[in-house]
Amino acid sequence: MEILVPALLTIITAATPLLFAALGELITEKSGVLNLGVEGMMVMGAIIGFVAVHYSGSAFIAVIASMLAGGVMAAIFALLVLRFHASQVPTGLALTIFGIGLSALIGQSMIGIAYEGIPHVSIPFLSSIPVLGALLFSHDLLVYFSLVMVFAVYYFLNKTRGGLILRAIGDSHDAAHAMGYSVIRVRLLATLFGGAMAGLGGAYLSLAYSPLWVEQMTAGRGWIALALVVFATWRTGRVLLGAYLFGGITILQLHAQALGIGVPAQVMSMLPYLATVLVLVLISRDLGKIKLNAPASLGKAFHASS
Amino acid sequence: MNEADHLIELKGMTKTFPGVIANENVDLALRPGEVHALLGENGAGKSTLVKMIYGILKPDAGDILFQGQPVIIDSPAHARELGIAMVFQHFSLFDSLSVVENISLGMDKDVPMETLAEEIREISDRYGLPLDPHRYVYTLSVGERQRIEIIRCLLQQPKLLVMDEPTSVLTPQEVQKLFVTLERLADEGMAILYISHKLDEIKALCHHATILRLGKKVAEVNVDDESTSSLAALMMGEDLATIVKQDHGSYGEIRLQVEGLNQPAFDSTGISLDEIHLDVRAGEVVGIAGVAGNGQDELLRALNGEEKCQSHACIMIDGKHVGLLDPNARRKAGMASVPEKRLGHGAVPDMDLVDNAFMTAFHRMGLLARGLINYPKTRQFADKVIEEYSVKTPGSHVPAGSLSGGNLQKFIIGRELHQSPDILIVSQPTWGVDAGAAQTIRQALRELAANGAAVLVISQDLDELMEITDRIGAICGGRLSRFYPTSQMTIEKVGLLMAGVSLEGDSQDAA
Amino acid sequence: MLPKLAKRPTPSRFMVYLSPVLALFLSLLAGIVLFLIMDVSPWTALHAFFIEPISSAYGLSELAVKATPLILIGVALSLGFKAGVWNIGAEGQLIVGGLCGGAVALYFYEQEGFHIIPLMMLAGVFGGMAWAAIVAFLRVKFNANEILTSLMLSYVAGLWLNLMVHGPLKDPEGFNFPESRIFSDSAMLPLLHEDYRLHIGFLLALVIVGLGWILISRTLLGYQIKVSGAAPAAGEHAGFSTARIIWVTLLIGGGVAGLAGMIEVSGPIGQLLPSISPGYGFTAIIVAYVGRLHPVGALFAGLLLALTYLGGETAQIQLNLPVAVTGVFQGLLLFFLLACDVLIHYRLQFKQPALAARGA
Repeated sequence: MEILVPALLTIITAATPLLFAALGELITEKSGVLNLGVEGMMVMGAIIGFVAVHYSGSAFIAVIASMLAGGVMAAIFALLVLRFHASQVPTGLALTIFGIGLSALIGQSMIGIAYEGIPHVSIPFLSSIPVLGALLFSHDLLVYFSLVMVFAVYYFLNKTRGGLILRAIGDSHDAAHAMGYSVIRVRLLATLFGGAMAGLGGAYLSLAYSPLWVEQMTAGRGWIALALVVFATWRTGRVLLGAYLFGGITILQLHAQALGIGVPAQVMSMLPYLATVLVLVLISRDLGKIKLNAPASLGKAFHASS
Repeated sequence: MNEADHLIELKGMTKTFPGVIANENVDLALRPGEVHALLGENGAGKSTLVKMIYGILKPDAGDILFQGQPVIIDSPAHARELGIAMVFQHFSLFDSLSVVENISLGMDKDVPMETLAEEIREISDRYGLPLDPHRYVYTLSVGERQRIEIIRCLLQQPKLLVMDEPTSVLTPQEVQKLFVTLERLADEGMAILYISHKLDEIKALCHHATILRLGKKVAEVNVDDESTSSLAALMMGEDLATIVKQDHGSYGEIRLQVEGLNQPAFDSTGISLDEIHLDVRAGEVVGIAGVAGNGQDELLRALNGEEKCQSHACIMIDGKHVGLLDPNARRKAGMASVPEKRLGHGAVPDMDLVDNAFMTAFHRMGLLARGLINYPKTRQFADKVIEEYSVKTPGSHVPAGSLSGGNLQKFIIGRELHQSPDILIVSQPTWGVDAGAAQTIRQALRELAANGAAVLVISQDLDELMEITDRIGAICGGRLSRFYPTSQMTIEKVGLLMAGVSLEGDSQDAA
Repeated sequence: MLPKLAKRPTPSRFMVYLSPVLALFLSLLAGIVLFLIMDVSPWTALHAFFIEPISSAYGLSELAVKATPLILIGVALSLGFKAGVWNIGAEGQLIVGGLCGGAVALYFYEQEGFHIIPLMMLAGVFGGMAWAAIVAFLRVKFNANEILTSLMLSYVAGLWLNLMVHGPLKDPEGFNFPESRIFSDSAMLPLLHEDYRLHIGFLLALVIVGLGWILISRTLLGYQIKVSGAAPAAGEHAGFSTARIIWVTLLIGGGVAGLAGMIEVSGPIGQLLPSISPGYGFTAIIVAYVGRLHPVGALFAGLLLALTYLGGETAQIQLNLPVAVTGVFQGLLLFFLLACDVLIHYRLQFKQPALAARGA
């Protein structure tokens, strides 16, 4: 238990940034927009969150700032893709390149500064239950918030009219447009939500997971979040499962050395990336399954015609 | 006529698009309980007119009176509020959603799903439109999908129902059922504006007809006073040349032969081909009828080699096995094909006509020289196709996507015909093409056969198949029916084949 | 009133070429704003960025050295992007190519012979190809998205190189630094002029530009690539196998990126280090786009993007500006390019037409 509980706790912290980013991208993709710029939005969220907490001292302000940063990045993407009809794949790549560059520029003066990490909330009484207390009731607020968001996203997509409209637009923007729904507006909102969530995921890295700023500290997590959405076949519950699975793999890599497994650190660090490839292969094998679950107009440009 | 009786009245409707006058000074009036036909060829301006009624397009000029009151219909929602509902030719449906979700999206108010499902069941019982509210749309046939649209309209209890070419996707039997429903609605006092270019249907269903030609109203008639041929004359404005068919018995050798072709579905949403047997002789035009989505696309792809067969022997060109050859090798062997979808399948929209001409012709026309593309020669070939098939275009340098549907179809068919193939397989040769060009294309197909080629036409247009084919069969659920001489068939009999029913007591020679 | 976008009847050829120029201009404007925010004189900064680096023969030689991998990979990626094959893991293919080429160099350490460089090139090309072949195989066989797999494999390649220079390929006399031995002269690319670092790799890049041009504009394969990218179903109809196009474009991309990696280690670097590329593989994506997915365009775009690297270094030395400005500028350039490209298919309409159709 002495090893297991801390290990499980770190799995949760490792999974949370992925969970935020993947939930956001899920909503974006469900509306038919493929934003490959998750990595760029995350890394911007990470630096802006860190800068905000450094100057304000308030974790709350930092979280809001990071979501705004992700949102602004997403707004650039939305402007290009939805207004200027730019193709989604290169625009997403541009967002990532730009985000990595800009975050490095902003973060220049933040290197080497430490932050004590956002406070954990121990729920009185419950957190003192042995094992379970530590596992379930003594996280930072963002962990709980991420789980609330899983439920909120599920409820929105499947139980509300807004969710129905969003899914409809992702399925056929032409049909939705013909019915009088505003494809552009819904996609804009979905993209902004995706950006805010990615920004939050990035902030979780720089505020909680390893509270400091390192250039490119997202290290491909934005891309893994994209892969998680495919792994989840665009279903909310499976996003949760996937995020925790990948959290587990990340932690396995960190703890392997402690457990005395004689594999070089670099090989262990490859694990999350190799696992992503493996997972993509396993899920994508069945083309019919992807076709049935993927939003049919994903990545396709929408041109409003009369 | 007393104007006050009219449910809706359009006066002087005019709509122009850059370079085209779609509607010019068109009048139209409907009474409650009236089934009114809007008749005209493709491109006559029918769709533009109804889009203005439904608030999708804004008229440049003209007035609309609804129940005697002048109205400006500025959105589909406004049209629905007034009591106007529309069933589109191309359905606005979401494949991954259920029937009830689809209908809910088309409603202006948010009704709880269960209540809505109950209402759907009620309407579907009352008007003979069977439909399970909880099925997913991708599992439904085209006819069932149309029912969703109709039920969606009926749920709003409209006063005017607009139907845009509703029967083009139905079997003749389904058409009969639809007419029963429409007549019942008219009896209950609903006005129905029925858009079509199919004269038999209009004779059978409609009271009045307004005829459009080139954007102008040319006549309004009482349908009972007209014959189909007088309606046709009004619609076309001129008599069209009739197709000359070759006599029976003068066909040559079998050129295309298919023996026991089986093809599993590409994925869970596709159709599998089941024991396809087929042969087409030199000089013969054979037709395959069928409702869309019954395996036509799969059949074309299997025949032209886009999907390879499981054995080499299942497809033969002039007796040679080609089942495992790719499309290019089959082209070398003399087979050409024209897919249903022009943009993106038969042609690349963003490439110019020269590049598009090269696409399927480079081998037979010798457009490659020492591994490099011979562009001057390709341009000559493209220009020749444009000239010979009177494709209207500023030149061969424009992208294929900028041509109108009919002109692009002429170009694609011309590209294949110009290579004088021994076998031509063509799907929906005249879909969306105006009547004049359609006739040119049909004539060209007959001529190709007359010169000794084997021609296979896959089409949803029964009139077309009856007109140009020598033998006809149908495809249903990936299975082919037997084939019968067209001269011994009626539309109704083909309709049965399309529905997968075999003709009873038939001892005719199917060869 | 904001201008409206109106669809052009046919795409504008003129805008295809004007758009990158416009984008560069807008990026410079944005750069001025950025420098003002950073409290640096924009003129001094722009001068340091874009004029200073190329105002000497040495600077021009450095430009060509930096442009070499960008042009090479940019040409190869434009073929893939034209076919709709999104190989964005060229960075990884470059690393594996460099690693393989470098391993050959170290194997022949302190040996003489004209066979060494060609063998290194072969190793680099095959290394990059093998890395890209994994992506092609997974895509064709299992339909796995090549964007994600190629990118994941880039991270893996980076870690692999890191592992190798920490382990088997570490310089035995290198005081345990994670670096290989410095290559012998026989494993270094010949220089074009002894005073400058410019090496024959640049000529190789020019040859690749020429070959790429012929391939895409005159050969059946190039035609197939264009058709498959513009309308995959039409490609199938014409009998061009999609799987083959995926294989071919990825192998070309991987092979050329691998060659670029070998050129880097055997040219300017001269040994294996934990990092052998400042993101050339990713910047080459921008090169391909700015170059209009055309090999000749990639030549010019490669030189331009190389200048942003050089300029970033000069600005760092002279004005103490962070190197990251380069990345920001590159990102901005691609953004503006994608935005300006709207003018290829649309034109600006400043007056609302009286009879506009209802839109959403």
